[in-house]
Amino acid sequence: MDIIRPGTQIDFMKYRKAAFTLSAALIIISIAALFVRGLNYGTDFTGGTEIQVAFSKVVKTDEVRSAIEPIGLAGASIQSIGENRDNEFLIRTPVEGDTGGETVQQIEGALKDTFGEENVDIRRVDVVGAAVSKDLKQKGFLSLFYAGIGLLIYIWWRFKISYSVAAIIALAHDVIITVGIFSLTGREISLPVIAALLTVIGYSLNDTIIVFDRIRENIKKAAGSFDYSSLLDSSISQTLSRTLITSSTTLFVVLALFLFGGSVINNFAFAIMVGLIVGTYSSIFIASPILLFFRQEKE
Amino acid sequence: MDRFKLKGLLILAVLVLGILFAAPSFFGSKEVPEGWIGPKEKIKLGLDLQGGMHLVLRVVADKAVESRMNSTVSDLRAQMVKQRIHYSKAVSDSPETIQIALRVPDDYDKLSDLVRGSYPYLQEVNRSSKDGVMTVEYRMSASQVATIRSQAVEQALETVRNRIDQFGVSEPSIIPQGDDRIVLQLPGVTDPERAKALLKNTAILEFKLVDEEHSVQDALRGNVPSGSYIAYMKEGNQPILLQQRAVMTGDLLDDARMRIQSTYNEPYVEISFNREGGRIFERVTSENTGKRLAILLDGKVYSAPVIREAISGGKAIIEGRFTDEEASDLAIILRAGSLPAPVEVLEERTVGPSLGQDSIYQGFLSMIIGGLVVVVFMIVYYKFSGLIADLVLIANIVLILGALAVLGATLTLPGLGGIVLTIGMAIDANVLVYERIKEELRLGRTAKMAVDAGYKNALPAILDANITTLIAAIVLFQFGTGPVQGFAVTLSIGIIASLFTALVLCRWIQEWLVNYQKIERISI
Repeated sequence: MDIIRPGTQIDFMKYRKAAFTLSAALIIISIAALFVRGLNYGTDFTGGTEIQVAFSKVVKTDEVRSAIEPIGLAGASIQSIGENRDNEFLIRTPVEGDTGGETVQQIEGALKDTFGEENVDIRRVDVVGAAVSKDLKQKGFLSLFYAGIGLLIYIWWRFKISYSVAAIIALAHDVIITVGIFSLTGREISLPVIAALLTVIGYSLNDTIIVFDRIRENIKKAAGSFDYSSLLDSSISQTLSRTLITSSTTLFVVLALFLFGGSVINNFAFAIMVGLIVGTYSSIFIASPILLFFRQEKE
Repeated sequence: MDRFKLKGLLILAVLVLGILFAAPSFFGSKEVPEGWIGPKEKIKLGLDLQGGMHLVLRVVADKAVESRMNSTVSDLRAQMVKQRIHYSKAVSDSPETIQIALRVPDDYDKLSDLVRGSYPYLQEVNRSSKDGVMTVEYRMSASQVATIRSQAVEQALETVRNRIDQFGVSEPSIIPQGDDRIVLQLPGVTDPERAKALLKNTAILEFKLVDEEHSVQDALRGNVPSGSYIAYMKEGNQPILLQQRAVMTGDLLDDARMRIQSTYNEPYVEISFNREGGRIFERVTSENTGKRLAILLDGKVYSAPVIREAISGGKAIIEGRFTDEEASDLAIILRAGSLPAPVEVLEERTVGPSLGQDSIYQGFLSMIIGGLVVVVFMIVYYKFSGLIADLVLIANIVLILGALAVLGATLTLPGLGGIVLTIGMAIDANVLVYERIKEELRLGRTAKMAVDAGYKNALPAILDANITTLIAAIVLFQFGTGPVQGFAVTLSIGIIASLFTALVLCRWIQEWLVNYQKIERISI
């Protein structure tokens, strides 16, 4: 069985202008979103208190709000999570540190008074101080940077500088668009999401490297004059069925994680899912065309 | 025996080891049955899966420097009086400096000698004279400050360890981080407030005589007699006038236990001093019979009973309308020793047991659903070769679990996600090889040649692709905390395990099929 008929050659390079335009548009939208809407940083990065609470009876968001209103927390947000029947909520306030500990007790007390002690299950409490959150944010984004540098050097060593730069541009493309989608959807950027972005970096590079490896092999085989553009096309075409199979199996498992993995890991799975799709696209339509661009510049 | 068979045996050995190490974890929370010959270590579950508390504490080490400076100042004053150095002022303005004003400038030489001899860590930084008064400023040397700070952190770590041990948390992890931080992982702790109170009390125990010669009322009006100060009772917050000097401190303590007073059923804490402490306590009580002795913890007066008679035997009690829990925690804190400096909570994460249970269930559910989709797809697409890849995938998961158990790594929720991802990715190596084999077969190669060439040609791409992911995983491990590190660990183990299963195990099976079973048509 084959999803791509053997010997098929698709003229990917023909679409490079369209692909560059699309990607440029996506990147501009992403960056604009970052400037206009910003990112919804989670408690990990803003500092503050986050309480996940489940009720064993039907409770509405407004009821939770009015239960904790008397405490007078400025800027508290209440969000229903999971399925409706779970009656589960996330309460977040920017208050942190030692006062946060008291805040947790106050909120817990208020909820138990309102809904009955036996109906309230405090499932998770995070209190992150300003010093830690600043640290995490810095380290989180630095880690993306370091990973980029490490990979740049590795690919440079294994291939050539032009391949390395092309791969890193494709990576930056993937990360910017994924973060942009987080900004547009208002999904929360937490520590696991940064972990997911690093994974996306690793995975999207897989696809790119496998295409590059084929390009290198085909150049060796050609051993003489050849048309670079059509060599790129055939390299991508030859690896296309692998790219599609691997991306879709990985996508399936991540989709399972996204749908069934629960609230804690939902954003993590979402980031990997988006990153995988964008990464597969970029390894075909961005990374190799950049190689062609470099080649043309040289000539 | 030829190399091929030897290789087969080695592979088998790895698989058997993997199964042996992975097996105990499948019993979940149940005991591994008697008679199981293999290792009994189960995979450690992260706090996000089993519930518990993660805490980051900061030791406020500056306070330790400050209190050392304060004791240096009072020591220095006493020495100056002894050596007839006439000073009008000796104070510590900032935690690291002392200012001494000399009424007789000629005393400067004596002071210099004293400081050089007894306080070599003080360095003169400034000297000025005005109206016949010479002011000398000393600064604590940077190396001394650094030593005090690091000692404070070290001792705080030790004390925190003691307290947690006494509190009875199973398998806690307490590690220092950076210059002044302590990271605690406390599985199974469900009452975060109690745990924090236990850790945050500096627990400096002092015994001070009550100043009964002067009135508190007078002192409250601002007329505090020298050598005394106003403290407050823990219960009711009433003011009480105490002598500044502590007649005894808690460092001479040997033991502390919670006891129940039989008449009122009220808990209290009984402390026993060591030999030296007992002697001092006996002397203090005999010299001050009839006076009131205040017992202070962290500056708050717990009680101030009248000394009726000299107390020998080295025991004292602390009362304070405790609940059982408070009394027992106070006894723990006193036994474990005081903190050299206060600590503050920088980060606190608690996961309740119900969420942990749900997370395990949801994690495994998605693993099974995702896994099934992949398994079915591989059989449909690659037929018999797909089935081999599926078996190899199962071996892969067993190896990952076994490796987690043997390395003592912690499985977290993102870590579980990492295994799910590995399922998707592990297939990649198989797909790369199979697509190559298909290409070779299309070129009209025999089954044997196609398998050989398939593995050989796919190798560089597979290695490069996996090493890049490994680089990302290593960066992740460096930066991450707790759950995220767990993800980096399973991802790394998953990459290595899938390289082994796809490139060694799967290859061996297929070579065996084409070389030994003489299969001429590969079902792929």
